[in-house]
Amino acid sequence: MDTVLQLLLKGISQGCVYGLIALGFVLIYKATEMINFAQGELMMIGALIAVTFTQYLQWNYFVAVVLTVLATGFIGLLLERSLLRRMIGEPPFAVLMVTIGLGFVLRAVAGMIWGHDPQELRTPYSDVVINMGDIVLGVSNLVVIGGTIALCIALFLFFRFTRIGIAMQASSQNQLAAFYVGIPVKRIVALTWALSAGIAAIAGILFAPLTAITPNIGFSGIKAFAAAIVGGFGSLPGAIIGGLSIGIIEQFMQYHFGKGLGDTSAYILLLLMLLIRPSGLIASMQKKKV
Amino acid sequence: MDNNMLVVRNIETYYGPIVAIRGVSLSVKKGSIVTVLGANGAGKTTVLKTISGAMSPQKGSVHFNDEEITSREPDKVARLGIGHVPEGREIFPFLTTEENLLMGAFTRRGSSIDTDLELIYSYFPQLSQNRKLAAGYLSGGQQQMLAIGRALMLSPTLMLLDEPSLGLSPKLVHEIAEIIRTINTEQEVTVLLVEQNAKMALELSDYGYIMENGRVVMEDTCDRLSNATDVQEFYLGMKDKGVRGQRRWKQRKTWR
Repeated sequence: MDTVLQLLLKGISQGCVYGLIALGFVLIYKATEMINFAQGELMMIGALIAVTFTQYLQWNYFVAVVLTVLATGFIGLLLERSLLRRMIGEPPFAVLMVTIGLGFVLRAVAGMIWGHDPQELRTPYSDVVINMGDIVLGVSNLVVIGGTIALCIALFLFFRFTRIGIAMQASSQNQLAAFYVGIPVKRIVALTWALSAGIAAIAGILFAPLTAITPNIGFSGIKAFAAAIVGGFGSLPGAIIGGLSIGIIEQFMQYHFGKGLGDTSAYILLLLMLLIRPSGLIASMQKKKV
Repeated sequence: MDNNMLVVRNIETYYGPIVAIRGVSLSVKKGSIVTVLGANGAGKTTVLKTISGAMSPQKGSVHFNDEEITSREPDKVARLGIGHVPEGREIFPFLTTEENLLMGAFTRRGSSIDTDLELIYSYFPQLSQNRKLAAGYLSGGQQQMLAIGRALMLSPTLMLLDEPSLGLSPKLVHEIAEIIRTINTEQEVTVLLVEQNAKMALELSDYGYIMENGRVVMEDTCDRLSNATDVQEFYLGMKDKGVRGQRRWKQRKTWR
């Protein structure tokens, strides 16, 4: 029973990270119909920037967190302006290749700057552990869960009540009409990239204390992509739910059948989902108008 | 030239290699209602898209209030006060009715937005009943009203209306026509109306252009257009049978 609970909590916190990266996928997809395969790499960059600010520059942790999110958001903005805006109107396959290539470049650049040795993100709560009966729980795990919930609430409020948030929805629902009412759609798209890079940075900051950080942690972006599809590509709550289900199943598979099956379980779930319910858990894809 | 609000000079627009309009010129006087008539594929919608910047012309120019706006980004054109009601309504389906209208006022700030919102609801009481409903659930007629209302929220001086009667019942067509007239007289909005429903458009407008195959083939005041034999025959469906009960093709003289 305790093991189950322990695995469940660990799975949830891992799943939250997948969910947050998946959120980035979905946001960009909804705004531009592009799939950004460099989303995991943006998370990795976020984590490494946080390491730089806290370890090398010895800044206060909370200041570092805020600055990391802003810096990564700015990188997202730059990428859109310099690279992806030129790809508007190109075939989806070309755009896909660009983002995959971008992932490779980001990984290489990160390797050059920070090296390939594992790094550690020290946080004020790094070594704090809560013992509840037989359950041992790192506060880091709880922070991931709490942080994800807080971010989801913030995003909900942003999309529901702010003018820019509603304008983002409007431009993703009907780009031409958004232009006609005077919404600067291109700027909104750039902002969406900044937002999803910022979310990736938060995912990186939350994820980093749980693991050793190398330029290769960006590969969990592929699992997050599976999460986005399981949740129903195009749905924000679906991304989180997809992430959670993959995180939890991964932990249990790993415990019972070993690491190999644990790592592949995300894709097994993805395949099953595509067979049984291709539209995902929360199907919100509209039929594309031609 | 003086009180012409919108002047389009000899524009040519292409969809890739396909010519959509080949040299169209038209002008719209401030305060008037001008209509562009024509069959499917005549290039009417493309004219509106070129004016509002959604498409760029290869040749020619568009002037609004003596300022050249050719190929300007559509959101910047909207900021000048040109409201575009696109063909097929094009609302934001997952936003509520009220959010749709508020998005129409995206370029504006201040309390005048609320006053205008209430004004729109007074024009379209059916929208007022469905304020919190996702706009995708509205009926076709209500969506058309929403699209017009959304463009009005921009507080435009010129409104481009693309087939507002499309797919509506005759009663609703009549209602929409009344609304357009009200907008023109009460809000002093100049209107450029693209229509297939020639009867409604000619009754409503002051001046009309008739397009065929990407060209303007006829232009005149609407009174005179309604009385022209060709227009009566081809757009108003009043067939004047010839001696042997056949249509008199040979009398087509104004065509091309």
